[in-house]
Amino acid sequence: MAYSDKVVDHYEHPRNVGSLDKDSTDVGTGLVGAPACGDVMKLQIKVSPEGIIEDAKFKTFGCGSAIASSSLVTEWVKGKTLDEAAAIKNTDIANELALPPVKIHCSVLAEDAIKAAIKDYKSKTGLVEDEKAAG
Amino acid sequence: MTIPSIGRRPGQPIYLDYQATTPCDPRVVEKMLPYFTEKFGNPHSRNHPYGWEAEEAVEQAREQVAAIIGADAKEIIFTSGATESNNLAIKGVAQFYKDKKDHIVTVVTEHKCVLDTCRHLEQEGFKVTYLPVQTNGLIDLTELEAAITDKTAIVSVMGVNNEIGVIQPLAEIGALCRKKGAFFHTDCAQAVGKIELDVNAMNIDLMSISGHKIYGPKGIGALYVRRRPRVRIVPMINGGGQERGMRSGTLATPLCVGLGEACAIAQAEMGAEAERLRAMRDRLLGGLKQRLPEIYVNGDLDNRVAGNINISFAFVEGEGLMMGVKDLAVSSGSACTSASLEPSYVLRALGLDAEMAHTSLRFGIGRFTTQEDIDYAIDHTVKAVEHLRSLSPLWDMHLEGVDLKSIQWAEH
Repeated sequence: MAYSDKVVDHYEHPRNVGSLDKDSTDVGTGLVGAPACGDVMKLQIKVSPEGIIEDAKFKTFGCGSAIASSSLVTEWVKGKTLDEAAAIKNTDIANELALPPVKIHCSVLAEDAIKAAIKDYKSKTGLVEDEKAAG
Repeated sequence: MTIPSIGRRPGQPIYLDYQATTPCDPRVVEKMLPYFTEKFGNPHSRNHPYGWEAEEAVEQAREQVAAIIGADAKEIIFTSGATESNNLAIKGVAQFYKDKKDHIVTVVTEHKCVLDTCRHLEQEGFKVTYLPVQTNGLIDLTELEAAITDKTAIVSVMGVNNEIGVIQPLAEIGALCRKKGAFFHTDCAQAVGKIELDVNAMNIDLMSISGHKIYGPKGIGALYVRRRPRVRIVPMINGGGQERGMRSGTLATPLCVGLGEACAIAQAEMGAEAERLRAMRDRLLGGLKQRLPEIYVNGDLDNRVAGNINISFAFVEGEGLMMGVKDLAVSSGSACTSASLEPSYVLRALGLDAEMAHTSLRFGIGRFTTQEDIDYAIDHTVKAVEHLRSLSPLWDMHLEGVDLKSIQWAEH
């Protein structure tokens, strides 16, 4: 199966690889997927006092499409408000990377990772009632 | 013999997938060519020299195939490949003896064409026992002995596994089957030309052989069917009664000639070639182990064909890794591309966790692999694994001492 040029580019030159301090109150961490399924994404966002995502980092265990999906969303969420970031849809990711049908789950996982990171940030800062920790 | 252009064409990855298929040896192609054009006769035409020369070529090929497994030429039936041979052996025996026996024994790590054939027979009312394997990929002989009953028509156990290269104890299995009165069929698509095989010493009653796994052409295989004591099978393809009535249809003379020549070359070169492959395999494994922590060999390392190594690179997903080693043509136990998302059933049968099965690569080394290929493969693989581990949250957790099994993962 051939990968799209954009997937290959993100795979070979992943953006925003790394980690933020998960214990910091302005950082939200989303850890989604499972090793047994062959995909685990960790997405972290650093949120400014004004509610803008000023930094994002990721680490992903998975196929090229999973790595590219998470790399892409770190680019997309930066500079967005939490609500804008939460509005990113898996179909946007899949279209941007031209993912084939068997790889759609990678884009779904990336969307889940954003939502999980936002939820973690909100629960830390008391923006939502103490729901179950994201992940 | 090394031909630099085979398996390393400019712009193409280095071919390290010799269990998937092998290139035709140029010596094989050379033998085949006249039988496409000037020697085109139908080997079943008895009334003119065109037929006679084709028949002579086919019969010589039959002897070459028989020779590499210690059989008589009369016991060799040409088929379209190992899938057909496996179907014919198992269905043919099951259906012929169904009035007296209705039980089949096979193994969970068999090739899909054996397992699917058995599933099909289950739907027809046969009972099938699927033996498990031990963590090294080999069957437990006491479990096999316990599984065979007086209703068992046939036991089907592969010689060499296609994914992990492990060699089953064929002689011991054969002795057990003979003692218990069940026929012994073995899928030797991956074994012929790689290990010594002798149908009499090993008490093998039926054996499947493939052309394209042994540097012969695709589209041809053979089934060995024992004559004494006689094994009877119901044919699947009816017609002119060729191949002693067990497989009708005009023989593909050039393909038969190719399979015969491939067997003859393999038989002559097997000893030295196995030694050369083993040295390269050990160099590959040693080189990877020296530079990468947390890598694990899947399947028994001692009872294994020389040209196979299957390695799990912990914390790196196999399909992502294949993308990273794009200069190598290898295959992965991760089935991320399939709709099921299920990793290799063979690796799972060894008791491997799904996560470890997802991290595996199979390197297949063969006749046209060079030491330079191996050295390149080591370097390329190490770089790809290191890159992916730098991206892997699981690798970070491992370095932090987090037990991945302690985490509640949301399976999706």
